[in-house]
Amino acid sequence: MLIKRRDFIQIGSLATGTIFVPQFLKAFESPKMVPPGNKVVVVIQLSGGNDGLNTVIPYRNDSYYRLRPRLAIKKEEALAVSDEVGLHPSLTHLRTLHEQGQLGILNGVGYPNPDRSHFRSMDIWQTGSQSNETLNSGWIGRYLDAQCKGCDKPTQALEVDDVLSLALKGEIEKGLAFKNPRNLYGSSNEKYFRELAQRQSHDGHSQADYLYKTMADTISSADYIFQQSKLHPSKQQYPSSQLGQSLKTIAGLIFSEINTKVYYVSLGSFDTHVNQDAQQKRLFTELNDALKSFTTDLSDNHRMDDVLIFTFSEFGRRVSQNASGGTDHGTANNMFLISGGLKQKGLINDLPGLDDLQDGDLKHSVDFKTVYATILNKWLGADDERILGRKYDYLNFI
Amino acid sequence: MDLQQQSKNIHLLWRVGFGPAVQDIQRSAQISTRELYSTMLKAAVKSPEYIKVSTNALDGLWKGIINEGKMQELSKEQKQQLRKDSREALKNLNLRWLDEMVNSEGQLREKMSFFWHGHFANRGINIFFQQNLLDILRRNALGNFGTLLTEVSKSAAMLAFLNNQQNKKQSPNENFAREVMELFTLGRGNYTERDIKEAARAFTGWGFDLHGEFVFRKQFHDTGSKTIFGKTGNFDGDDVIAMLLENRQTAKYITTKIYTFFVNDIPDNSKVELLSKNFYESGYDIKKLMSDIFQSEWFYSKENTGVKIKSPIELLVGIRRILPIDFEQEEVQLLYQRLLGQILFYPPNVAGWPGGRNWIDSSSLMYRLRLPSLLQSNDDFTAKPKDDDDVMMGQESVGASKLKRINAKIDWASYNAAFSNVSRGELAVSIAASLLQGGTADLEMIGKYTDSKDRESYIRSTTIYLMSTPDYQLM
Repeated sequence: MLIKRRDFIQIGSLATGTIFVPQFLKAFESPKMVPPGNKVVVVIQLSGGNDGLNTVIPYRNDSYYRLRPRLAIKKEEALAVSDEVGLHPSLTHLRTLHEQGQLGILNGVGYPNPDRSHFRSMDIWQTGSQSNETLNSGWIGRYLDAQCKGCDKPTQALEVDDVLSLALKGEIEKGLAFKNPRNLYGSSNEKYFRELAQRQSHDGHSQADYLYKTMADTISSADYIFQQSKLHPSKQQYPSSQLGQSLKTIAGLIFSEINTKVYYVSLGSFDTHVNQDAQQKRLFTELNDALKSFTTDLSDNHRMDDVLIFTFSEFGRRVSQNASGGTDHGTANNMFLISGGLKQKGLINDLPGLDDLQDGDLKHSVDFKTVYATILNKWLGADDERILGRKYDYLNFI
Repeated sequence: MDLQQQSKNIHLLWRVGFGPAVQDIQRSAQISTRELYSTMLKAAVKSPEYIKVSTNALDGLWKGIINEGKMQELSKEQKQQLRKDSREALKNLNLRWLDEMVNSEGQLREKMSFFWHGHFANRGINIFFQQNLLDILRRNALGNFGTLLTEVSKSAAMLAFLNNQQNKKQSPNENFAREVMELFTLGRGNYTERDIKEAARAFTGWGFDLHGEFVFRKQFHDTGSKTIFGKTGNFDGDDVIAMLLENRQTAKYITTKIYTFFVNDIPDNSKVELLSKNFYESGYDIKKLMSDIFQSEWFYSKENTGVKIKSPIELLVGIRRILPIDFEQEEVQLLYQRLLGQILFYPPNVAGWPGGRNWIDSSSLMYRLRLPSLLQSNDDFTAKPKDDDDVMMGQESVGASKLKRINAKIDWASYNAAFSNVSRGELAVSIAASLLQGGTADLEMIGKYTDSKDRESYIRSTTIYLMSTPDYQLM
């Protein structure tokens, strides 16, 4: 039974195009673009709890203006995507994507018994746990566990950051974090480390072997990522912001032959207890401009249909504004889904009711784990039940 | 030098405490293991001094609030200032405790407290509560587990963190009862949901006042009859704690956790069984349990030596003990903790740090391997840790961007002196024996990189290269 399932996974990953060619053969290949069909996910984490209500704005809702007399986005400033709903004024490119049918908006996403602590709620999102259980592995990490048994490079999930998030740590396999391929290559390329890493024994079970193997894998992955990043570096102009540069790195890798299926990047802090307007505007401008370059780049290179970008935040914020021109921690939130391959576009479901609150907070209508299950199953062809530990219903956006 | 004796002692030093200090290098080759342990135990049972970092200004502000009883009446700015000062003080508490781990003679007490710090995981920014909780852990680190459990459970830090202040007769909050069973005593699967519901009722009314003192708020307590673990009665919180201690599973759960922390990630069931039986029968005497472990034969066996991956704190404190370091900006150690994923007083969740291989991924391993040369050459810290929104409340992180250079002065003179009686030809072997367990280092290979200009450069470079190996991550 188990063996069958593993076979299935391998066939599944072959079918989606992750055929692994040894490095020495690759050296003789001419650089060419990956054929269409190789599905990739780009996760953009909005850290700190983004205020969803000023992101996807119910601009005709009286309660919205009553509860946020100072903070509400004015009707005429919201970028309308329907008769009722508009986007934050800084998200101009998202409206363009909406017009092009490449944006999906999922509303009221959350989980039962929400936790309002950043670290706890982020843990719940990153591990895909229930709110009353703690897991030590992340959902993308467990995807690696399922997908990457015995694969020679743990580069199927990459995070553009100096520190690896829990989301990418599996029970066995772990993704890799780096700010840019050149630095990663440089820092692992010291002669001493290279020579040291060659000293591996073969039993592979002891702690020392585990460390030596991780070290050797890191060095070889660093080489691999660096080589790949030079194959088709992005020619698009990107903003100089951290997110802009990170997405540029990701674009270059998406155009290469690398076996990466999931990219992970964060933007923050959206923890807008005070002076929310300025802070959210600054961050959304960074997000909008970086996404504009990124999606243009993907479209120009005919990869927009194969890439699914989604955003999430550990929680939304209180419906009522606070006394400091900001909002406090809340619950349910929205997610942006961006791709040329969406089956549902625009507003996928209704916004949560502002007159049906629980202790001043929005009620969730979509469990975020159903989003994960959908992406794992329908986009990545993975065994979502095994990765998430239980069966969730699939959504229909892809 | 007796290398075999030394290696046995260094194994003990790493597990009892945070590794050999520079003065242990010679001593560990000359003293019997039994004598070393009894010296360390004697130092550890002395009662520790309270670590106080809160400033007079903070104390004054806090006292003012307590006396007037008007937290609500504080202005927004005052509240913000209080939180800011409290967080600042928490950083100092972190640094002061690190110094204790480095310098204290009571190594076993600090190591044990560090274990309890992960076991009784707690996050909160009230500096007074955190200071008190740390003091409870350090005072009871080697005492009686029942006393420790009771004091922790009645501490303001824990009652606040696990929401027992909100646990009232009319609207019970089960968080506290659940974690006390799942994390502090029995472990998952050894109680029913009904036990938790009923125990939560027993804990109703447990709370704390503005001084952080435990109070039993009678008006919130549910005096009705409860059925917990098959017994029915009008139980209160103390009764539940007594029932948990009466249950042998508590001894087993704690012993297993101590074994995996101090001996080996993979518990040896027959040994744990016996240790836990004795622990239970001693009435939960922690000191005795630790002595049972450290005075056993099997603790020193090959399969238990050099097999634990050091946590980031153990790695850093270990380096500081053997290479005395003067940091120009101590805060750089906080940056290090954030990069490597272990910040004192900020455990990742209620279950504490998972440990073992969870510490290691590509980037964390490379930072660990590069740390010794960063310290030695005062190299730049180019990496930026992730922001922690609970700590920063949406503000840009202070420190991370400003702190780049490590600016550390290593006291090489004392370190060199520790090897003064070693001949040049024996130096590499001798240094390796003080730094590594299991002796897997390829000294010949490392020899190609070392600087042999003079004796000092040779000691220095051999040490840095040996510390920059995967083997040095192990203890």
